[in-house]
Amino acid sequence: MSEGITISKPAQEAKTKKAGNGAPQQISGSVAVLEAFLAEGVDTIFGYPGGAIMPIYDALYDYQDKLNHILVRHEQGAIHAAQGYARTSGKTGVVFATSGPGATNLVTGLADAMIDSTPVVCITGQVFAHLLGTDAFQETDVINITTPVTKWNYQVTDATEIPEVLARAFYIASSGRPGPVLIDITKNAQLQQFKYEGYKRCNYVRSYRPKPIVRKEYIEEAAKLINQAERPFVIWGQGVILGKAEKEFRQFVEKSGIPAASTILGLSALPSDHPLHVGMLGMHGNYGPNVLTNECDVLIAVGMRFDDRVTGRLDKYARQAKVIHLDIDPAEIDKNVKTTVPVWGDCKETLPLLTELVQQKVYPQWLQRFKDAMKQEEEACILPELNPATEQMSMGEVIKVLNELTDGNAIIVTDVGQHQMVACRYVKFKQSKSNITSGGLGTMGFALPAAIGAKLGDPKRTTIAIIGDGGFQMTIQELGTIMQFGVDVKILILNNSFLGMVRQWQQLFHDKRYSFVNITSPDFVQVAKGYGIAGQSISRREDLKSALQAMLNHKGSYLLEVMVGKENNVFPMVPQGCSVAEIRLK
Amino acid sequence: METGKQEFTVTVYTENHIGLLNRIAIIFSRRKINVESLNTSPSEVEGIHRFTIVINESEDVVRKLVRQIEKQVEVLKAYYNTTDEIVWQELALYKVPTDEIAEKVKVERLLREFGARAVVIRKDYTVFETTGHREETDKLVQVLEPYGLIEFVRSARVAIIKASKGFHEKLKEFEKMAPGAEIKENEYLGKQGEVFSM
Ligand SMILES: Cc1ncc(C[n+]2csc(CCOP(=O)(O)OP(=O)(O)O)c2C)c(N)n1
Repeated sequence: MSEGITISKPAQEAKTKKAGNGAPQQISGSVAVLEAFLAEGVDTIFGYPGGAIMPIYDALYDYQDKLNHILVRHEQGAIHAAQGYARTSGKTGVVFATSGPGATNLVTGLADAMIDSTPVVCITGQVFAHLLGTDAFQETDVINITTPVTKWNYQVTDATEIPEVLARAFYIASSGRPGPVLIDITKNAQLQQFKYEGYKRCNYVRSYRPKPIVRKEYIEEAAKLINQAERPFVIWGQGVILGKAEKEFRQFVEKSGIPAASTILGLSALPSDHPLHVGMLGMHGNYGPNVLTNECDVLIAVGMRFDDRVTGRLDKYARQAKVIHLDIDPAEIDKNVKTTVPVWGDCKETLPLLTELVQQKVYPQWLQRFKDAMKQEEEACILPELNPATEQMSMGEVIKVLNELTDGNAIIVTDVGQHQMVACRYVKFKQSKSNITSGGLGTMGFALPAAIGAKLGDPKRTTIAIIGDGGFQMTIQELGTIMQFGVDVKILILNNSFLGMVRQWQQLFHDKRYSFVNITSPDFVQVAKGYGIAGQSISRREDLKSALQAMLNHKGSYLLEVMVGKENNVFPMVPQGCSVAEIRLK
Repeated sequence: METGKQEFTVTVYTENHIGLLNRIAIIFSRRKINVESLNTSPSEVEGIHRFTIVINESEDVVRKLVRQIEKQVEVLKAYYNTTDEIVWQELALYKVPTDEIAEKVKVERLLREFGARAVVIRKDYTVFETTGHREETDKLVQVLEPYGLIEFVRSARVAIIKASKGFHEKLKEFEKMAPGAEIKENEYLGKQGEVFSM
């Protein structure tokens, strides 16, 4: 360990320290962390204490009136909550975890935040610097474990670095293409007293270019292609939401008159009922957007990354089309789909430039193709799902009634599986940042903790977590967090008594060999009751509306379990390895 | 899929930070790309590190890799070049038994022919050194093997990009993007009495 680091007991010392008007003060590394949070406008921390982060928690004791700390039940819950918070608030989520197991429990959430570009700053405690590499108690090489799943990470062993490192952390997490940042702070640095010179927010890192410079010539080329197009098609992703460019996007779509479809993470950036919103892309997306991707002449991709769930078989994806790709991350250009015109840059800047140059147009015949396709899909999939002839309820009809009751104003947080696809297909969104789901990583267990964060990130809005019976059991312990902090989350379990999505694949592609997809659940209503959360379970259609209404009307959190058809499938579906044009309606 | 593979030399300018080697290395290993050679060294600019990485891949793959590398927060710039766009060298050391070599080999001729140099001459062993391209350093291995080559080691490639004007100018470009420093004082600063209420 380097010399000159004094390990003292800051808790007592700092408290007795008097402000020395303007002159640099001695504070501990732990206090510096909290001061950084205040300067960054952090109001909520999701965390779990432990040995290696105790000095920070000790300092937090005195900051309770300034910083709201939510004690979760598992560190994975902390980071998913921070993700939910970030996605509804548009701010950076903040997490505390201890060393060793505390830090490793964050890994799933880091990977999720990395692939879904969610701004999160995680602070992990670490053993004393002199113990690094000695296999000390609860020592893990957190920096190396998290390197592939963080946008940036850094280990602090000296408190004097803390203000600058945290300023960088917040800047890097939230700028450019956002992502998770992890700062590992050794215990000695948390304890160390140092001369605090104030906090400087960071807005520049020499080696980091968050936004590529916008190239006018590409905007012009893109506009030319669009103006000459006969069947242009816009596909957009979460980049529109992350870039806070919903208005700019809408203006572009409306002026150009181009039909537009969303990726799963782009949903809610444009209201679902917008006349040019033609649906969702992807494996379980809408029929028209998938099939017509292979018939458009110019494909305009905005803030999306051509995930394989969107493209299906790449060598049969939009081969006929000229591709314009607007993205803030230069590494996305040509990564999966070869672009004709790359429009590097923040879409908040590039979209208005493009809107300026595109002609005001309408494409009635082309738009009609999407409507016709929707008709076809309606007959084959949508109507049977929303108005099933079966005795058992379908997931789709639950969503349909929910839409009627929320009028599209709720934040919908979904877990992973069939219910996720059904919810994303059928929920009607009215405002942006309403669809919170684990898109890229597909993390079961995401929804419950993410809903806690989502609610705290935008407390005025109703937050509904739609979860499968499988995924709910992955992070069910966060009911404790909901109980303790009185977070008003409506939990809607769509129980099909199966790991439904896996069962669907086994049915379709493995000759119905149901291998370990039959899952037994506890009495969820009783479990919720144990946590002081009201709820009920229903299985009859005639109870659906009143039960959903009761859930929404209930003051505080509520659990509603709806028993749905056990072997329903989600359609349409682009089977893995098939082209988007080969989407199956049944 | 294997088509179009050729040798590329990737040059990466980075901040000199711990952990960056791992961050760059995993970009290759994650994609199951074998790194033929990797060298880290200082660069022409003080405080800036230079990685030289050799891989065998198609240009399409290399272009994408370089973008992924450049995306790393602490990477300033990454370039890729074909072998004819660079001047490159590798250094090799050969340890041979002195008696064998002195008796049987015309040492002088050997040194001249391969541009080799004796770095150490001891009673028991001699260490030769050559610098050059792979074929050249390899050839000397073949020559020395019959004489009981004890140890052989070759360094990673170092390379100069023929068309490069160096990194000083590029760095100035980057540094021009720095906005004016904006200091935000913490509103709780100097109100310690309120914050530490206990
Ligand atoms: C952590 C994790 N483990 C496994 C999977 C694979 N997986 C994807 S969907 C699914 C089934 C989900 O079942 P359930 O939560 O009941 O939802 P349903 O599909 O029935 O709506 C599984 C196991 C996953 N996505 N995440």
